[in-house]
Amino acid sequence: MTATIPARRALRENAAPVAGGSTGRIAWLALPALVFFVAFAVVPLVGVLLLSFTNWDGIGAITPAGFANWASVLVDPDMLHALGLTLLVMVLSWLVQTPMSLLLGVFTAGTQKYRTVLAVLYFLPLLLSSAAIAVAYKALLDPNFGLGAGLGLPFLSQDWLGNPQLAFGVVIFVIAWQFIPFHTLIYQGGVRQIPRSIYEAAEIDGAGRVKQFFLITIPQLKYTIITSSTLMTVGALTYFDLIFVLTGGGPANATRILPLDMYLLGFRANLMGPASVIAVILVVIGLALALFLQRLGGKDNSASQLEGM
Amino acid sequence: MTSTVDADAPVTTQPQASARSQRRFRRLNIPGGLAGWIWLAIIIIPIYYVVITSLKTQAGYFGQNPLLPPLSPTLENYVMVLEADFARYFLNSAIITIGAVVPTLAVSFMAAFAIVRGNGKFLKGVNALFLMGLAIPLQATIIPVYLIIIRLSLYDSLLAIILPSIAFAIPLSVLILSNFIRDVPKELFESMRLDGCSEWQTLWRLALPLTKPAIVTVAIYNGLGVWNGFLLPLVLTQSPDLRVLPLALWNFQGEFSVNIPAVLACVVLTTLPILVLYIIGRRQLLAGLTAGFSK
Repeated sequence: MTATIPARRALRENAAPVAGGSTGRIAWLALPALVFFVAFAVVPLVGVLLLSFTNWDGIGAITPAGFANWASVLVDPDMLHALGLTLLVMVLSWLVQTPMSLLLGVFTAGTQKYRTVLAVLYFLPLLLSSAAIAVAYKALLDPNFGLGAGLGLPFLSQDWLGNPQLAFGVVIFVIAWQFIPFHTLIYQGGVRQIPRSIYEAAEIDGAGRVKQFFLITIPQLKYTIITSSTLMTVGALTYFDLIFVLTGGGPANATRILPLDMYLLGFRANLMGPASVIAVILVVIGLALALFLQRLGGKDNSASQLEGM
Repeated sequence: MTSTVDADAPVTTQPQASARSQRRFRRLNIPGGLAGWIWLAIIIIPIYYVVITSLKTQAGYFGQNPLLPPLSPTLENYVMVLEADFARYFLNSAIITIGAVVPTLAVSFMAAFAIVRGNGKFLKGVNALFLMGLAIPLQATIIPVYLIIIRLSLYDSLLAIILPSIAFAIPLSVLILSNFIRDVPKELFESMRLDGCSEWQTLWRLALPLTKPAIVTVAIYNGLGVWNGFLLPLVLTQSPDLRVLPLALWNFQGEFSVNIPAVLACVVLTTLPILVLYIIGRRQLLAGLTAGFSK
């Protein structure tokens, strides 16, 4: 999970330590968390890099492999295909989810009763497990007994999960269905923190609704947008369970994105070495993305950042 | 387009009636409203379909329009799922969720307190490490985690799921909690110190009560994540006895793929406990999540 912007705030504020107090003696309080994190996140992080230079079938001995895994994975057309799909999922998810979450976030930030009632229903997908969502959509998309047949629309009665192009679209849609509610919440929170006075001033200046949206709401939400986008794009590197249950990566590898590829390679084909190479690639993409999005926020904006969030 | 000024900006200077009408006019938020209603349909139709189908017999499922409610609703699918060891899977899910969330809260709160109240290179390093953890898709470390769990002889136990779940939840928990603790006025800490309280007492008596909303937020967020988690149980356990709900659902789907109403009854049953909690604690959940992420 990622939240680059609050993270930056934390770093900055921490630079000026709280005055007074017996601050030196409480460092031990951080130890238990540190131990857990080192044991099950930092060590594995180093471990996955080391394992990428070995061969292991998941049960037997681990043997050194040099650069063989890297050499084979980096030129493997299946891996490149999966990498391309991952990036495509990331970009399309962002393009679908961001405008919708933004609109819904602004909409639900209003205080009318009916919006509150709608919002209760909007956030239902937050509660469902990916497995439940995938199973539900499999039934819903059945050409004979699903939504298409129910509405009597032949267009909807296609073999959604059997046709490679359609299946990819379904994955993008279902991911959006699952995650838009979460990002709507983030935007709702962001919108509620925009000072009313800015809108009032704009009103007096004669700015219309559309102008206000583009000249006030969007700029004020800049850091919310960056936080949400970071969570969304780094999150795309972890989409596993939904696709695993929905399509299993098929048909014909059409939905086999990298995290799924890693799992299938490691835990199904018992090729832990090559799977570790993919894991390292995922980590590198995640870090690069987070850094890039953080830069996008600009460094000298820390003051307005607090208002914007 | 949309804006928020429409929400409840008071129009004070005008006569009552025209103020009201103007307000109503200003409230019209067409793109937002349109998106809102379309989204409602997109959310509700799948849920409606799952619920009505789960109440159908096999014959009803094959013979009737899929979107019409069952002619003779039946609970036989639910009985079937409940008889298929549902209680055990439920218990397993409850154990890993409580077993992961409580320690996560404890260690994250202590760490967040130290990071806010303390100083020095060590704490700065710890903070930086957790922040880095936020930017890494931790699922990518599943292979070495699997190796470590095997070496610790914990493979195929509930503890195997709990331990990595705690570690994966720490970065975000520390971030949210430390953001909240930082908002506690410094004067309060100062006066606690002047009263002769130790930092440990300050943590218990001042920081903990004042950051309760954040703690609830973190608990709910992590709880949802662990309860719905799929990858860790899939990779780190094997026995049918240790299945958690998402895994049980997946497995059930494989076994009963011809009996769609039963599979969907299982979807409803695995979601129901969380839905009940949502109905009880909705305000807290949504307010907490909003504050936690937009802070």
